[in-house]
Amino acid sequence: MIERWLERKQVCICAGSGGVGKTTTSAAIALGMAARGKKVAVLTIDPARRLANSLGLPELGNEERRVNVDGLEGELWAMMLDPKRTFDEIVEWHAPDERTRDAVLSNRIYQELSNAVAGSQEYMAMEKLHELHQEGRYDLLVLDTPPTRNALDFLDAPRRLTEFVDSRALQVFTAPAGIGLKLLGRGTGVVFSVMKRATGIDLLADMGEFFKSFAGMTEGFRERAARVNELLADSRTAFVLVTSPRRHALEDAVWFHHRLMEAGMPFAGVIANRVHRGGGDSDPAALASLLGEDLARKVLRTYEDERRLADRDRAGLAELRSRIGRKPIVEIPHLHDDVHDLDGLRQMDEYLFGREGPGR
Amino acid sequence: MSALLDKRLIVVTGKGGVGKTTVAAALGLIAARSGKRTVICEVAEQERIAGLFGADESGHEERELAPGLHSISVDPERAKEEWLRYQLKSGTLAGVLGGSSLFRYLSAAAPGLSELVTIGKVWDLAQLERRTGGSVFDLAIVDAPATGHGIAMLRAPSTYAGVARVGPIRRQALRIDGFLRDSARTGVVVVALPEEMPVNETFDLERRLAEEMDMVIDTAIVNGLYPERFTGAEVKRLREATPSPNADGAVRAALAEHERVRGQRAQLRRLRRGLAAPVATLPFLFAPELGLDQLDELARRLERRL
Repeated sequence: MIERWLERKQVCICAGSGGVGKTTTSAAIALGMAARGKKVAVLTIDPARRLANSLGLPELGNEERRVNVDGLEGELWAMMLDPKRTFDEIVEWHAPDERTRDAVLSNRIYQELSNAVAGSQEYMAMEKLHELHQEGRYDLLVLDTPPTRNALDFLDAPRRLTEFVDSRALQVFTAPAGIGLKLLGRGTGVVFSVMKRATGIDLLADMGEFFKSFAGMTEGFRERAARVNELLADSRTAFVLVTSPRRHALEDAVWFHHRLMEAGMPFAGVIANRVHRGGGDSDPAALASLLGEDLARKVLRTYEDERRLADRDRAGLAELRSRIGRKPIVEIPHLHDDVHDLDGLRQMDEYLFGREGPGR
Repeated sequence: MSALLDKRLIVVTGKGGVGKTTVAAALGLIAARSGKRTVICEVAEQERIAGLFGADESGHEERELAPGLHSISVDPERAKEEWLRYQLKSGTLAGVLGGSSLFRYLSAAAPGLSELVTIGKVWDLAQLERRTGGSVFDLAIVDAPATGHGIAMLRAPSTYAGVARVGPIRRQALRIDGFLRDSARTGVVVVALPEEMPVNETFDLERRLAEEMDMVIDTAIVNGLYPERFTGAEVKRLREATPSPNADGAVRAALAEHERVRGQRAQLRRLRRGLAAPVATLPFLFAPELGLDQLDELARRLERRL
């Protein structure tokens, strides 16, 4: 199934809410495609080492690392994106001269805020993705996105960035003193004085300094944002939604799907993890004669508990199907052990790619 | 338990999907029943607590869900307006600023600002004297974002205190930061599942909270623990049972569950060995969805275990 979704694709972006197995699924997709002859890199922004964990690596850095797995026809690489480092690289790249570069990199606001990341994180991931795609060293890039609804903020980021760069706000700081305020018309002087009262004069001056040093780079940023957006919407990209059959995860999946459709992104399908399957019918009398009354009763209760969860999962997924239209959904059963290593990933392979198994 | 509930703010965090919201709601119920006027704060566009109590969403408004138990879903935009009004001591001036496109662009472009105003609002809810004039609570519980984003939110005040060397933002940020780091007033509860990755993340979280915020975890709560239904002898009998088409489905289900239980217990032991904070557990509930009855059951069990 997944192989068909990713036919002729060069980028696969996995999105979904927290705790649904997104990182694991990204790793399993990357491993499966590498097993089938592709040169694949899997990227994560998540600093919690989940990806390194499931690939059996002690840690990951901002450089790609080859994952040595026996029996791969292709190659598997992994890396953890460092948003702060990426931000620095972009500044270095776009700065028209050394002076501007140093001014931005040494600006206090830039240092504090690019360290704290938060909002810029998702966008920086897209930047790095775009860069790797440009370099063309891989057949397929698989991206594991952060586990929040804001994870899709990157869809807006290029537009927001362009809007900001074009905005008069920036011109205030970049035009020669006096002219800047005039650009904004009357009333701006008032806004500035109120802002000083609210934030403290120092902060405002520092921000002005920050935006001024940034100004020389805006054109480069704008261009790049447009190209990142093109890549996301390109037919060589596939968005995969990862979910679990729990109610709030399904609600998030519907929301994510809606957002992706709205933004005109190429949507491949849904992967539902940890689906309870229930099992076939069991006859209480047969159980009792096999195990004795006491044990049979316990077994039957376990079985019924499991079946209730299976019923819930089936109903939840049916609801999801009805709300996202005719989109493919791949179900992965609730495996005995939680998936956290290469063996677990191989177990998932069978459900993601079908029973044929990798290679040949 | 009483020590935890006697604080003014409890931060509930942990890996995504481990049941932070459920634990926050259960803690809220316990506190409210013991007579504390309690508010649960949701952040990052999340609003699930009201639904658990069968109430409609009401966003940035504080509302009572059960006797003594309130909830609010913090909207950073609204929190920013409130902060401006307070800072400028004037609704008119705040309106001037809020309505200015220059200010909107600048504040939207300043990374981390929405985390700062969000944690600022949570801080305000936990104060004995509210800046925004709302009613006073005995306890605020924040259903914080998952690990990395949760820490980013807790760090926002010290980040901004560093950015603004002087002025009102620095003063405010330092006050909030001091409050968060004061373990007599702010408690931390980390929620986990008895599985490999959530356990690893709990270790990471304990280390990062200590390193980056000087904060210690008061209690880790392991959610979704399966019952140990079968004795070793029974498992052996199940394994050796003669195959029978009418019984195999149930026997397989029982053995599969037993394997999961074994895995869970091993992870729980690993967590207890490696974590400095005490660990309490909550059972897996087989109910298809979590309703008020289940929440009630979890609250009663949690109260006993803490």
